[in-house]
Amino acid sequence: MEAFLDGFAVVSEPQNLLYCLIGVLIGMLIGVLPGLGPSATMAILLPIVINVDPVAAIIMLAGIYYGAQYGGTITSVLLRIPGEASSVVTVFDGFAMAKQGKAGTALGIAAIGSFVGATISIVALSLTAPLVAGWALDFGPPEYATLALLGVLLIATIGSGHPVKALIAATIGLLLATVGRDSFTNAQRFTFDSLQLAEGLDFVVVAMGLFGVGEILYNLEERYGKPHVPAAVSNIWPSRKDLKQSSGAIGRGSVIGFFLGVLPGGGAVMASLAAYATEKRISKTPERFGRGAVEGVAAPETANNAAATSSFIPLLTLGIPANASMAMLFAALLVLGVRPGPQLLEERPDLFWGVVNSMYIGNLLLLILSIPLVGVFVRILRVRPAILAPITALITVLGAYSLNNSTFDVFVMIAFGIVGYLMKKTGFEPGPMVLAFVLGAILEDSVRRSLLIFDGDPTGFATRPISGTILAIFVLVAVLPIVAGVRRHRRTSGPTPDSEHDREESLP
Amino acid sequence: MSEREKQPTPQGGDILAELEAEVAHELEEHRPPAGGPAYQVVPTLVALAIGVTGAVLSYGYGLGTGRRPGAGLWPFVISVMIIALSLILLVVGRKLQDSERFTRTSLLVLVGAASLVALAAMLPTLGFEVPALLLCALWLKVLGGESWRSTVLVSVGTVAAFYLLFLYGLRLPLPHLF
Repeated sequence: MEAFLDGFAVVSEPQNLLYCLIGVLIGMLIGVLPGLGPSATMAILLPIVINVDPVAAIIMLAGIYYGAQYGGTITSVLLRIPGEASSVVTVFDGFAMAKQGKAGTALGIAAIGSFVGATISIVALSLTAPLVAGWALDFGPPEYATLALLGVLLIATIGSGHPVKALIAATIGLLLATVGRDSFTNAQRFTFDSLQLAEGLDFVVVAMGLFGVGEILYNLEERYGKPHVPAAVSNIWPSRKDLKQSSGAIGRGSVIGFFLGVLPGGGAVMASLAAYATEKRISKTPERFGRGAVEGVAAPETANNAAATSSFIPLLTLGIPANASMAMLFAALLVLGVRPGPQLLEERPDLFWGVVNSMYIGNLLLLILSIPLVGVFVRILRVRPAILAPITALITVLGAYSLNNSTFDVFVMIAFGIVGYLMKKTGFEPGPMVLAFVLGAILEDSVRRSLLIFDGDPTGFATRPISGTILAIFVLVAVLPIVAGVRRHRRTSGPTPDSEHDREESLP
Repeated sequence: MSEREKQPTPQGGDILAELEAEVAHELEEHRPPAGGPAYQVVPTLVALAIGVTGAVLSYGYGLGTGRRPGAGLWPFVISVMIIALSLILLVVGRKLQDSERFTRTSLLVLVGAASLVALAAMLPTLGFEVPALLLCALWLKVLGGESWRSTVLVSVGTVAAFYLLFLYGLRLPLPHLF
């Protein structure tokens, strides 16, 4: 409790408040502007942030992440362009409302829902995170190994894109993590006698390349060309009727978002979908959905913010990042010399509670930014992407260079940028690769330590209660999609009569 | 995939499945046309080659035993997984539509990447100001199709702002002329 209150003291230091504000402002901006997503922005800013005090740095990076969730709403409603995958469902009713001249109401409800969802989620996080961390303190290498494996698998299978492709990206990420000197035997691996590779690939450089440069190059080709003309926004404050109508959706969205957000993978995306589907299902007038139902905006926006908040739990308590943005926070913590994991709460209560409590302040700032100041952000929509491209490119190159004053680092980054671009073109998501790369060293380390504990017997993973359970979940997650796929295949390939009537409808 | 397990009521499953199809369609609209089978096979073969190379090299590092794992054991296991997954993808992934065709505008990416390499190469000797200015001008005028007026204004403004922000605000150790 005391540590929790001390956390507020940490946040209220002027420097931390300032970084919180900068973070949510940048987050909101990149959420509004097409092109860079939060994980790319966090990657690009990593070299700059590591010169800042660790607590302030993490507060700022976290702010970018949840700030982007607010910003993404604006483009969904006004332009029918979802800024984030988790805002796609918002497009259906949000843009319909905008066409009816109720863009302001949609944005207002979304902002209020986001605030409520995030705040409920932070409270739940504050209550549950210490429990999870306390429970995980007893984890040994086998538990870590299986947990990290499960994390990589979940990201690959739940996230967008073809699961086999995502798994290939992830395994290549794991292989890349082995480049350099082996910490157990001191042998050089995949270094090809290069001195620069002997220390391994720097994950900041790799992440900046795959996420940052990859996205910048990809956007060069898009040629957005014409500036967008957003719908007019007036009367942001929702009426009492709108609020009453969406209060249930906001409540349910918060709960759905919190629980789905904890799961690794597309937590926020899944949460927004599930919340929207729930509202449509329980609504007495489901035909209104898609034609400007205010609940259709409130539910997914609440849920994706609640999920964005709760996705901090696995990172802060177990040291396992749940998505690409969390992987960037993980990388930032490592660079700053903080090992994320269950011991974080005990070793660095200032950082833990400082970051968690900064989210209360950050969300309050975002509410202020997105209701009275929404007009400013709408005007930013008119900035042409072509103007922003060289600015982000410069920040990336100069930042990477400043890490070690090394041109080699920049070349490695650009090389990974080209790889990232080619991956995007051929349907491979770079996210799982970065995540696996970041987790790779820990995973290998834990597996080898476990093998030492088990005296070389790999069945030891299955016989320990916790690692065994995690392994069982792993097998379940790996096998279920295959079973479902085979069943679907059988259904489509043969004219077998189906007992469930919904099956016919779901046939292509 | 697994939404059926999560949604036991048939109607609920329908709404979510419908929604996912709609979302997929929505995202599709913003994407350029998909490439053909070559866009699937070539990258998979690259992955396969990475796996084979990894397996061969890590075998050379020594696999050791379970009790005393060698430096090569872990990367060998990973490489075998890459090979297996690539072979699976080679079979099931031929007709996937998730790639994007290369077009003439893809050349812009090449120019962009080359200019980044040039910037990095010039940085240590020339300082960051002049190369940064050149990069801005190239990206704005040639790659972005901006007018000369906004090219000059934005380039000079950006470099000046970075000068103040990086060297004075954040004190990043950047090579600079002035």
